[in-house]
Amino acid sequence: MVTIIDYGMGNLGSIQNMFKRIGTASEITGDKKRIASATKILLPGVGAFDAAMEKIAETNLLEILNKKALEDKVPVLGICLGMQLLTNGSEEGNLAGLGWIDGETIKFNFAENSPLKVPHMGWNLIHPIKASPLTADLPPEPRFYFVHSYYVQAKNPDNVLSITHHGHGFHSVVQQQNIYGAQFHPEKSHKFGMQLLANFSKL
Amino acid sequence: MLKTRVIPCLQLIGDSLVKTIKFKNPAYIGDPINTVRIFNELEVDELCFLDIRATMEKRQPNIEILHQIANECFMPLSYGGGINDFETARTIMSIGFEKLVVNTQSYYNPDFITQLSRHFGAQAVVASIDIKKNILGKYHVYVRDGSEKIDVPIIDYAKRLEKAGAGEILLTAMEKDGTWSGFDIDIIRKVSQAVAVPVIANGGAGNITHIEEAVKSGHASAVCLGSMIVYQQKGMGVLVNFPDKQELEKRLQ
Repeated sequence: MVTIIDYGMGNLGSIQNMFKRIGTASEITGDKKRIASATKILLPGVGAFDAAMEKIAETNLLEILNKKALEDKVPVLGICLGMQLLTNGSEEGNLAGLGWIDGETIKFNFAENSPLKVPHMGWNLIHPIKASPLTADLPPEPRFYFVHSYYVQAKNPDNVLSITHHGHGFHSVVQQQNIYGAQFHPEKSHKFGMQLLANFSKL
Repeated sequence: MLKTRVIPCLQLIGDSLVKTIKFKNPAYIGDPINTVRIFNELEVDELCFLDIRATMEKRQPNIEILHQIANECFMPLSYGGGINDFETARTIMSIGFEKLVVNTQSYYNPDFITQLSRHFGAQAVVASIDIKKNILGKYHVYVRDGSEKIDVPIIDYAKRLEKAGAGEILLTAMEKDGTWSGFDIDIIRKVSQAVAVPVIANGGAGNITHIEEAVKSGHASAVCLGSMIVYQQKGMGVLVNFPDKQELEKRLQ
């Protein structure tokens, strides 16, 4: 059972639909008691960094999420903004992030006449640089769907599982023990997304 | 490198899939759900749904059919047609669409674009611009499914929408729609060079060479395909299909 955290940000239906397709039970909840009994946590998120951290604070989920991730050490997967929340903070806002993975969230910054667009939006490759159970059984350079204006930069190179290029390399999948983050949207990435979520459900 | 998006653009009238020629004479294509299942199997990059008559017929978006579509699709989805208020936009996003396509309201209510952009992020807001070239070669912008000409220069309009918060511009050449005759490369290039946000070229795709031209000569960030992906060939019967992906990748390198 994968517990999809509902703190009022983002589309959760499509994530649940993909779990259904791969035969993994999942629930969408923002209820502290349900989260307390979770065995796997998916932290979604679309929108602005501070708005998300505010929502987590408003819904009183910070304490239970910290406990599940850091003490109980259940597998956690943050996707898109959910990945960025794992860092210490973001250039997008002023609030502290969850700080579960040492690193920062940084804005793509290209010259005005650059052909590179922000947000980085579309399908792009991930280049694995370290094997992990989350990214197992994927082809050497799978493609995923990205939509983001900010990217994660982990401080410790050991935390980096894959790199993606948009103007420069950025960290597209990160891991710190039981905690994973993926910048792309697996639920919108066809078979590669299904493989990644299936891997997560087996952790 | 970022893969260029090649997007089937599916026209809806309510719960029926249709295809127009130059914005007129919508021909019935079939059931949208069966069609999206085929595009799922074909693993297309993205799907765009436009209810082309929602605004004209003063209808709300058909949430039930959109919900079914979102449940079926494991790819990014955009929807346009009759999005006039924030609540409707929120409902469409919450059922699993990534992007909102706004045409008529982009003109009449630019603050709406700003509101959507602030709440959902610029990447979720696609400003749709329908254009028509007159016999003197001058371009005009149209709203209300191409029925109402508005008095604003196209480049100024595109910049204004970008400034209002649009994250992408869907640029549709009305007189190219359904003609299989190739994109209007000149205007795509002009708009792409004038704005920093991605421009999606729409109208006229008939083969892979047309797609290549829109990307390489027009500098489009993405292209929409209409007739090409619902018909066997020009003037022939319905066949939901997608261009050969290896060929596309080779040509769009």
